[in-house]
Amino acid sequence: MAESIKDKVAIIGTGCAKFGERWDAGFADLVIEAANEALADAKVELNDIDAGWVASMWQCTGATLALPLKMQFKPVSRIENACASAIDALRNAAFSVAAGVYDLVLVVGVEKLKDMGEGGLPPGGMPSAHTVYEADFTAPGTFALAATRYFSKYGLTPAEGKKMLGMISVKSHHNGARNPKAHLRMEVTLEKAMNAPIIAWPLGLFDCCGVTDGAAAAVICRKEDARKFRDDYALIKGFGLSIGPGMGAVRTDYDYTIWQETVYAAEQAYKDAGIKNPREELSQIEVHDCFTIAELIAVESLGICERGHAKEDIESGAWTQEGEIPVNLSGGLKSFGHPIGASGVREVAEVVRQLQGRADDPSRQLKNPKMGLVHNQGGVPGKFMAGIAIIGLPG
Amino acid sequence: MSVGIVSYGAYVPIYRMSQETISQVWGTRGGKGEKAIGNWDEDSLTMAVEACIDCLSGYDRKSVDWLYMGTTSPVYLEKQSASMIAKALDLRKDIVTADITNSLRAGTSSLRAAIDAVKAGSAQHCLVTVSECQAAPPNSAFERLFGDGAAALMIGDKDVAVEIEGSYGITSDFLDIWRNPRDTYPQMWEERFVVEHGYLERMPEVVSGLCQKYSVTPKDFNKVVYYGFDARRHGELSKMLRLDPGQVQDPLLSSVGNTRAASAFMMLVAALEEAKPGDRILFVGYGDGADAFMLKVTDQIEKIRNRRGIRKHLESKMMMPFYGKYLRFRDMMEWEQNRIARAYGSLTMAWRDREWVFACKGQKCRNCGNIEFPMQRICAYCQAKDNFEEINLSEKRGTLFTYSMDALTTVTPDPPNVLAVVDLEGGGRFYTTVTDRDTGSLSAGMPMELTFRRVHDEQRYHNYFWKCRPIRVQ
Repeated sequence: MAESIKDKVAIIGTGCAKFGERWDAGFADLVIEAANEALADAKVELNDIDAGWVASMWQCTGATLALPLKMQFKPVSRIENACASAIDALRNAAFSVAAGVYDLVLVVGVEKLKDMGEGGLPPGGMPSAHTVYEADFTAPGTFALAATRYFSKYGLTPAEGKKMLGMISVKSHHNGARNPKAHLRMEVTLEKAMNAPIIAWPLGLFDCCGVTDGAAAAVICRKEDARKFRDDYALIKGFGLSIGPGMGAVRTDYDYTIWQETVYAAEQAYKDAGIKNPREELSQIEVHDCFTIAELIAVESLGICERGHAKEDIESGAWTQEGEIPVNLSGGLKSFGHPIGASGVREVAEVVRQLQGRADDPSRQLKNPKMGLVHNQGGVPGKFMAGIAIIGLPG
Repeated sequence: MSVGIVSYGAYVPIYRMSQETISQVWGTRGGKGEKAIGNWDEDSLTMAVEACIDCLSGYDRKSVDWLYMGTTSPVYLEKQSASMIAKALDLRKDIVTADITNSLRAGTSSLRAAIDAVKAGSAQHCLVTVSECQAAPPNSAFERLFGDGAAALMIGDKDVAVEIEGSYGITSDFLDIWRNPRDTYPQMWEERFVVEHGYLERMPEVVSGLCQKYSVTPKDFNKVVYYGFDARRHGELSKMLRLDPGQVQDPLLSSVGNTRAASAFMMLVAALEEAKPGDRILFVGYGDGADAFMLKVTDQIEKIRNRRGIRKHLESKMMMPFYGKYLRFRDMMEWEQNRIARAYGSLTMAWRDREWVFACKGQKCRNCGNIEFPMQRICAYCQAKDNFEEINLSEKRGTLFTYSMDALTTVTPDPPNVLAVVDLEGGGRFYTTVTDRDTGSLSAGMPMELTFRRVHDEQRYHNYFWKCRPIRVQ
């Protein structure tokens, strides 16, 4: 009989590279920056690490970790599950530790995007793409399909819809502006957000996350060993991973206003963690806001806000730092940036540091957080791979 | 047994460019009228598919035995267009296909071959399509003249709407317009020589030859439909043939432009839209000599009136707002965006998926009854395995479930790239892009139809697929 992962694996060290357009740094520099910080935070040496998991969409093989760090012939797996890569890497690493196969494992997520010579992510062009089907379907374009549908389903005019999304952006930038390692550290006014150039109508520039270089790292061990390293460790409470059959573009009953994979992943993670009322039990959530509409629908899909009612939450400030359930307190992908394979571990680091009372900027520190949720989602509406990790304090 | 036209169809692309738009760029004098310009995702092949679909309206596509494609602007110098058109139309596999190219005469040569095929009993239904999408050298007489468009005629011997009572042709080695294998545009010798010793000599010669052969005079025809080199020479020829203005079919030169091999055919379709049973039509094409046909309209014409043809297509238009857009559409310059790979090209993949990529086939699950596109091995609804019935979705209409306009993919020649989720009548969802659209008038729930388009040229071959567009003709 399978058991919950709850309270079996501890996170004893976290690290995060400076996110941004890191023209100065290759993927190896980013890995070193993040991994060194996490190892130092856990007070362990690289050679104490038994195995590594590395998440990246563009960097292939375990050498992504071993080569920059000069790891000495250890097992390293590279995990790729698009934007859910990092959570999936942590999940696999945690299972290996829980199984007692390894004692100490290093998990790193990394992405180097700004060597490609163009803004945004390249559309198509990959051998996994089809020659003509979805050939022109970029990330902004496909998420915008969901925004148009959400507006029309819930009777919002484009202006009302854009205002609602703009308020998400204002909130995320307010958070990120106070986060030292964030990529886009600036406050944004609602007027600026709403009048920004269109990227994919109805989404404007401030509805879209940055294209960012970065890396993040975590060191994990079994719970019973955690106190050897530190007293203020955090525990993994649950995981969810749901890969959909990707039939949103085929089935007429897929309606673009709910992320089904996230619903299923949340169900798994809540069950692991024993969560009944996520809105009350979670202290913060870091959700996948590659676009503002993605954050909105993710919060509804996580069962934290009733479907179709996000607007009320946004207008009441429920998702702000002072609100009922802070969403993307780190700044989110929107402001902190989104190096694809790195984001999940970066968000785990945010939650762990909040639980430890160690937020980089004291103004961002939550009062007495107990448990945080990290959510990432790869793919496009109708074809997602959703990953969730719930991290909390012991007890 | 009389052989003739049993059905007709035509296609005029939605974009028109005014002569004024051209004049403004080159600082030349005004000029009246406009011409039809294919959208950036159109070419002679896609326009032929459109004209054939129009022509096949109400016909079982599996009844087509031969398909001829006539054009001077084939999409490949080597590789037949007709075979690909046949696939897009989902015609039978055991049919004869051929391209007739390299001459303005490509259309009438195709027609003569089709007539002979039916007469000989080799085919019962022979589909002839003539299609052109030929860019002209910038700032030239050809640029003012050339337009894009297509026509299609189904030739058969049952339910004939237009009897082909006779034909006459002459051949000529006269070199007036030519294109070398490496040339982008057609070339022409001095215009006065070319017109005086070519067009204005051969056309009267072929008409008088036909009249002698069948003991008729141009006066015996209700309408004379003949290729026009340009508006002035078309008018001169009318005087030489002593035609009454009422007899002369509009050469479409100020609305569509000179669509080269397709020109006379598009005029003929326009004439048939107005024709009454009993009307007699003289139809004359030009190129490497000339071909003339003596036609008689039957009662059957009333039964094939529901075509989009020329008139309805002409009424549905969007003006090319500026010349730069036309340059992008016809890819006439070297672009910054060419550095960026737009898409993935793989002939292997395109071949594996040809049934849905080209023939627009979806499937109906025999277990749960749901319709799916593209084709799947395992049902998206009930997970039944390999238990489907193929269905052609190309003529299904649908509604726009949701859409977005991607301004970021600057690699599209016509930003923004409009993405669409279309739910088809009778079931099935189509995930594609929107073409022939006014971005200001899109809305969720609007009716859409499918259209066969050239999507990209990655790997230096043409990738075709089905897009959607707001319904062109209600």
